[in-house]
Amino acid sequence: MVSIVPLPRRRPAGDRSAAPVKISISAKSVSKTFRLGASEICALDNVDVEVGDGEFVAIVGPSGCGKSTLLRIVAGISRPTTGDVVTNGKTVDKPVTDIGIVFQNPVLLAWRNVLDNVLIQMELRGEAPGKYRERAVALLTAVGLGDFLDRYPRELSGGMRQRAAIIRALIHEPPVLLMDEPFGALDALTREQMRVDLELLWMRTRKTVLFVTHGIDEAVLLADRVVVMSPRPGKIEQIVDVDIPRPRGLDARHHSRFIEITQHITDVFLSRGVLKSESRLSDI
Amino acid sequence: MTDTIVVSPRAARTYQRLLRFGRQLAGFIALFVIWEVGVRVFHVKEYVLPPPSQVFEAAWEHWSSMAQGAWTTTLEIVAGYVLAIVISVPLAVSIAFSRLVEQTVYPVMVFLQIVPKIAVAPLFIIWFGFGFTPKLLLVFLLSFFPIVISSIAGFRSIDPEIMDFVHTTGAGGWKAFLKVRLPHALPDIFTGLKVGAALSATAAVVAEFVASDRGLGYQLLQYNGDLNTQMVFAIIILLSAIGVIVYFVVELLQRIVIPWHVSTTQGTGGIELT
Ligand SMILES: Nc1ncnc2c1ncn2[C@@H]1O[C@H](COP(=O)(O)OP(=O)(O)OP(=O)(O)O)[C@@H](O)[C@H]1O
Ligand SMILES: [Mg+2]
Repeated sequence: MVSIVPLPRRRPAGDRSAAPVKISISAKSVSKTFRLGASEICALDNVDVEVGDGEFVAIVGPSGCGKSTLLRIVAGISRPTTGDVVTNGKTVDKPVTDIGIVFQNPVLLAWRNVLDNVLIQMELRGEAPGKYRERAVALLTAVGLGDFLDRYPRELSGGMRQRAAIIRALIHEPPVLLMDEPFGALDALTREQMRVDLELLWMRTRKTVLFVTHGIDEAVLLADRVVVMSPRPGKIEQIVDVDIPRPRGLDARHHSRFIEITQHITDVFLSRGVLKSESRLSDI
Repeated sequence: MTDTIVVSPRAARTYQRLLRFGRQLAGFIALFVIWEVGVRVFHVKEYVLPPPSQVFEAAWEHWSSMAQGAWTTTLEIVAGYVLAIVISVPLAVSIAFSRLVEQTVYPVMVFLQIVPKIAVAPLFIIWFGFGFTPKLLLVFLLSFFPIVISSIAGFRSIDPEIMDFVHTTGAGGWKAFLKVRLPHALPDIFTGLKVGAALSATAAVVAEFVASDRGLGYQLLQYNGDLNTQMVFAIIILLSAIGVIVYFVVELLQRIVIPWHVSTTQGTGGIELT
């Protein structure tokens, strides 16, 4: 059986300090209701999430369960209906600036080429972009965009755009990374490579990462803990510790714990009716 | 079997451009040839439709008075149009970004936009006399609305997620405006500028029709009264040329200011070589 540890929980294997972990992101009793005319949509229902400093936490859940909404609330670009959020030590009441954010869509600027789309991050922060050019080129080259630096977004494939958006979120070395299905638009191979690269980058820099995905595999392969959400209204179903040693690299899929944990999360979704073993199309 | 010829993109682009220009020119030449031949074959009376050769002949004879008229009219067009730009873009900014201005000014604007602006021209004569001012104002009035309306659309149409991203950088209003909102709005602003450019020539001529003692519109009415159809055509062609030139100046400006835009680069920007 997989251990399901409620908060507060032990740090995963490989953590260096035994001291109590500093909390970097904390969402307490967060609810969000959208009002559309007369009807109301409850996107988040009393969600509690804590992410320790330097921890990698993934959120999995079915489409529409409020993952993006939660991420936006943590970033301070959407206000919770109730509840309190602290991000990077500060109570969130306006957009948080010491974060790097990757949206579900690339959200690039059509009038800037790839390199300038990364450097806009620095320009908007009042820094001279020239100082960061070299680093931006190196990062973009590392994700396979070295030959496309002077291309405009509309000249790129969807996956290439998303990679540029990921680099834009890294260029200013934020202590906290918020990523909303960052690999969603990538092909399976690039996705696997980006996943491995992100793990190594994270191990080197120890940023706090909150990573939204609907890939159970991806969540288990990357995260220290996986937050499993139930369908709308979004609630936290379970928080699962992932004790697979790092770096997990390409081989971790064969690790016995990987198989056990993904199976466990799949079972949770089965029990909640998110997954069904029989086809829903069979009686049509 | 098809041979694939490898050409440099630049050469390919130049070739495409020359080809396009050649075809456009051929279209115009064909138009004039058909006109000339048609008029002669069907013996159309020259005060109804003179052949182009006679139009050019008449224009050649009267070139100095035409040049004077063109100068007057161009001045009216440019002054009114520039005034419209200078006022409408900042107005669009304030409507797009201020609730107060939006709620007070915008409904008035929408109403005024429906008023047939040309119908106001006689009023301008009462208010401002026969000189330069009423012409400038009518040009202003006609080119003003399309610029404001499409600029507002440009400022408003930005993807809210882009602004969410901007907010996570902590950039203030001015920086966000200059680096994100304005560049985003530029293609729509240029669309408005082009519509405005096309309308401004019309406006100048109409204003001269109503009351004037100079300008191409005035001359047009005079020649029309004399049944000098050759000169009427000569002036119409000259007016069109002025309109085209104003339009191309805007187009050129657009190519310089927003070289990245699809309308500027045509299609995907890349050229498929086969
Ligand atoms: N701005 C909004 N206005 C109204 N309803 C919204 C808004 N944003 C999200 N919602 C609703 O909130 C719910 C959760 O949306 P959210 O985008 O957070 O889902 P998600 O978990 O990210 O889904 P996906 O995996 O498909 O991206 C949805 O039912 C959606 O319709
Ligand atoms: Mg989402």
